[in-house]
Amino acid sequence: MSDSTGEDTGEATADDGTGTGADAGTGADAGAPRRARLRIWRGDGPSGRLTDYTVDAHEGEVVLDLIHRVQATQAPDLAVRWNCKAGKCGSCSAEVNGRPRLLCMTRMSLFAPDEVLTVTPMRTFPVVRDLVTDVAFNYAKAREIPAFVPPPGLGPGEYRMSQEDVARSQEFRKCIECFLCQDVCHVVRDHEENKESFAGPRFLMRAAELDTHPLDAAGERGMDRARGAQEEHGLGFCNITKCCTEVCPESIRITDNALIPLKERAVDRKYDPLVWLGSRIRRRRRDD
Amino acid sequence: MSNVARQTWDVVVVGAGGAGLRAAIEAREQGLRTAVICKSLFGKAHTVMAEGGIAASMGNVNARDDWRTHFRDTLRGGKFLNHWRMAELHAREAPDRVWELETWGALFDRTRDGRISQRNFGGHEYPRLAHVGDRTGLELIRTLQQRVVALQQEDFAESGDHEARLRIFQECTVTRVLTEGGVPGGRVAGVFGYVRESGTFLVLDAPAVVLATGGIGKSFKVTSNSWEYTGDGHALALLAGAPLVNMEFVQFHPTGMVWPPSVKGILVTESVRGDGGVLRNSAGRRFMFDYVPEVFRAQYAADEAEADGWYDDPEHHRRPPELLPRDEVARAINAEVKAGRGSPHGGVFLDVSTRLPAAEIERRLPSMHHQFKQLADVDITREPMEVGPTCHYVMGGVDVDPDTAAATGVPGLFAAGEVAGGMHGSNRLGGNSLSDLLVFGRRAGLHAALHAGGLAPARRPRAGDAELAAAEAEALRPFGGAEPAGGGAEPENPYTIHTALQRTMNDLVGIIRRDAEMAEALERLAALRARAERVAVEGHRQYNPGWHLALDLRNMLLVSECVALAARERTESRGGHTRDDHPAMDPAWRRVNLLCALPEPAAGVRLTRRELPAMRADLLALFERDELARYLTEEELT
Amino acid sequence: MATETASNAPAGRAAVGARHLRTDRWWLAPAATALALLAFVGYASWRAFSEADYYAAPYVSPFYSPCLAEACEPMRDGPNWALVGEWWPFSPALVILVFPLGFRMTCYYYRKAYYRSFWASPPACGVAEPHRSYSGERRFPLILNNAHRYFFYASAVIACVLTYDTVLGFRDDEYAWGHMGVGTLLFLVNIVLVWAYTLSCHSCRHAMGGRLRNFSRHPVRYRLWTWVSRLTSRHMALAWASLISLGLCDLYVYLLATDVISDPRLF
Repeated sequence: MSDSTGEDTGEATADDGTGTGADAGTGADAGAPRRARLRIWRGDGPSGRLTDYTVDAHEGEVVLDLIHRVQATQAPDLAVRWNCKAGKCGSCSAEVNGRPRLLCMTRMSLFAPDEVLTVTPMRTFPVVRDLVTDVAFNYAKAREIPAFVPPPGLGPGEYRMSQEDVARSQEFRKCIECFLCQDVCHVVRDHEENKESFAGPRFLMRAAELDTHPLDAAGERGMDRARGAQEEHGLGFCNITKCCTEVCPESIRITDNALIPLKERAVDRKYDPLVWLGSRIRRRRRDD
Repeated sequence: MSNVARQTWDVVVVGAGGAGLRAAIEAREQGLRTAVICKSLFGKAHTVMAEGGIAASMGNVNARDDWRTHFRDTLRGGKFLNHWRMAELHAREAPDRVWELETWGALFDRTRDGRISQRNFGGHEYPRLAHVGDRTGLELIRTLQQRVVALQQEDFAESGDHEARLRIFQECTVTRVLTEGGVPGGRVAGVFGYVRESGTFLVLDAPAVVLATGGIGKSFKVTSNSWEYTGDGHALALLAGAPLVNMEFVQFHPTGMVWPPSVKGILVTESVRGDGGVLRNSAGRRFMFDYVPEVFRAQYAADEAEADGWYDDPEHHRRPPELLPRDEVARAINAEVKAGRGSPHGGVFLDVSTRLPAAEIERRLPSMHHQFKQLADVDITREPMEVGPTCHYVMGGVDVDPDTAAATGVPGLFAAGEVAGGMHGSNRLGGNSLSDLLVFGRRAGLHAALHAGGLAPARRPRAGDAELAAAEAEALRPFGGAEPAGGGAEPENPYTIHTALQRTMNDLVGIIRRDAEMAEALERLAALRARAERVAVEGHRQYNPGWHLALDLRNMLLVSECVALAARERTESRGGHTRDDHPAMDPAWRRVNLLCALPEPAAGVRLTRRELPAMRADLLALFERDELARYLTEEELT
Repeated sequence: MATETASNAPAGRAAVGARHLRTDRWWLAPAATALALLAFVGYASWRAFSEADYYAAPYVSPFYSPCLAEACEPMRDGPNWALVGEWWPFSPALVILVFPLGFRMTCYYYRKAYYRSFWASPPACGVAEPHRSYSGERRFPLILNNAHRYFFYASAVIACVLTYDTVLGFRDDEYAWGHMGVGTLLFLVNIVLVWAYTLSCHSCRHAMGGRLRNFSRHPVRYRLWTWVSRLTSRHMALAWASLISLGLCDLYVYLLATDVISDPRLF
């Protein structure tokens, strides 16, 4: 499932017939900029349309640079959400040619020189204006996942955890909350009605993160995070088609390392008679 | 007034980075209803950009570390201009603030025996930085964010409302701190701002306001700072009547990306050097050995063999000079490039590829590896990076009381984090920023809560309609109706003015400064201020970036003027302030703080001098007399 | 299959209109997956129902091993144990194929593959699926996918039998030990791939150590988990490789049994 931009080159170059000789603009030195064609979705609220812009593109630039150039020279009120422009904050999420991406990490060199880039807001969330969407859904879901429960009897400075025990949760904590996984997940992207009962990959991963936290004491409080993920946060909706992993700009292996292990833990609790029996016997023995 | 939502809170925190969230958590835990206003989405604050770690002398890796050594390093780094009391509180409290994060779910990298691992960093005598790979800032923000959510879950369980006692106002920008009677220096009455999404206005009445808005880097062209860093808090404080201190000290991080142009300035973490990376010029020479200043000779290695031995055996080797404080390294790189020994794109080479195995680089510096690969097509495990100085941090900020974080001159106003001044003196050590956020964020939240809690509801100041109307008119001015004063002058584009401002500051008040250039900068700034009055924007108020920039311009211009004025005044070189025409450090200047204030808004900012309080004797005794003699005057030594 | 999905954007979303805006050949991967899976299912069904040409001494087709019906061809020392009596009217392959079939049907990789390529749910990332509603794996029958670990246990047993078959491949067609043909080599490669695929299963990873909270207290299981994790990251590749090698082994036995080729002997 790799990028097959080769095909795009083929299609796009068909109209000028120059073939591969056309990439003179990407020579070694900064040289003259090339003209890039963008189609940007513009509109307030749901109604709107794709508007064409042509701007300079210099070597090494990313899509966000071009959006900013459009903003500075042609459309000062073009709304785009961004912050760090270094792929660390996860603000500039949008879709380029139908793929969810961070605008600041999408280099122009990824596309054929004469390819028209269609830039649209994230489809799964209500649009505020232009490329900016209302991501409140995600913040609401974040509140539904029970927080870390500190271990009773351990004070600050007394926590001891080994590196191999924290490594699993640390991978999930690399998440920059760009919400691209939430955007691409077909469970809510294609079915608005599922938003109510599905937390989305990011927050199921949060549940997995806490469930593997070596000192989380949710269990002692009678909470069962894996069961909760299945029963309250919609883990069963996930059909592991891995789009969340595909779009993750931090390359977190959401499906393999968070969702599937969480599903397996949920199976332990809910669907595996042997594990259930084993835990009953062990508990009885402990009670004796 | 139409279109204005007005609410009452006990404490309002402006900014949701490390300091703001820590302040809000503290105020809420003190039982006060707390609102946080942030310019971006919740969790996107600039703190996430911090990579290296949180400095705290926990002594997990080297048991000899304690708060005293941390204090000493901080003062050395700041060239003794730090407010000693802030540095003391910071060094003493940092470990508790880090440990507390663990109880909220933070997962730092671990030592073998399961404690928090600590890494080496420039200017720190021992391995001191608690870290998570090279994304420590993200861990800090996420932990605080999740702590906020945890508190909201508690409130929900109690009252059925998540936001009963702690609410985040996302994507809102404060344009005014409201004071009693609308006069600068009056008691704080609340804040006025706009909601980005709708363009509507928001008034939060509150007797205590904590500024935690971060820095000013967006006034410079080459910067590691994000768009939010427009000096909002600095300007809000000035406008409310509180002075700024030490504004001439701007830290240029020695290693920012230089190529391609679109990413110029993006930070390359100091951990690269802490973990073994070295700086080379175009001739392949490790030039930092040529730039160890006299005051640091004793602590830094004189040759490569000694420096390389330090990574494995720090007891018997002196530190590599790549780990000198940031100001020294930045100046050295600047000098090498000027001397024609730079890399092809105007930086120097930072090489870790020949120093560590590829797998180790990917493990220790994952986001650097990712960043260079994605943005510059450079594989740092195989080839060197090209780096150069980038505007990174402002040491100066709101003048505050060290213990309470209360801003001077405005009752009810507090400041913490980068927006507050004094703690770092003339130069901040890497890793001291995140700990600063936590230590003083907590203190600001605590004292804001005490202040607000000590006022009976009836005695709280309240902003009048006239003030709100004035704030609204000011915010709406870019939409036209404002007829140009000069008559017939063209309306201005905010983006154009911003670009001109950035160029002015970068070229004329940048890393190396000269009197004539700064005089010119001040002239240009005055001209830009006049042009900014005529800024006009298109479109409507809903999520309109042109409008937002137009409003931010006021703040950037005010703060830039303070920087240029103070920098011109201080005729010595110290830390983040380097004068070509006054290259030496002058002990007489060490006792002087420059305060920038705005007594008459129409008359512009003014500069005054104030003496730095003398250090307590027991703290002074932590240093050798020889060392003190390099910084202090004869009179102070006796 | 196309419906009006996304042409009327749900509440508040940008009315982009098109079902997707992807410009690459996103349909290629699901189409190729569907074709390959169909080809295999077609071939395997033909072979499983044919009930013939599955043994050519010393090799037994993996589709028919272990052969548990009365009607199995005699294989000297081979895996034919008549646990199922004469009453079984169908091909003996069907008795045993249930388990590997179930294993692969409930496998986390194959689930992705068939959800995408056959059910178009979704066909590719960012491409709207054609269904009006979606309930995922929360209801019958898809909730049965949670039984994956049981199929894993059964498949591990079968993999043991196939390992035994591979050992038997070191005989010649007269059952004399110490020989090796191209078939032996093929079976060797196959059994390595089958084991690699079986062990790379996510349920296996979970059982080895994934279910633990603290690795540091279980160093051996942590080591096992680390190894299995390395395999798991190649689960898709192993799923295909082992599927193809199983098919090739069967085809090889078929060609031998029908005398189309003879087994070149290596020693």
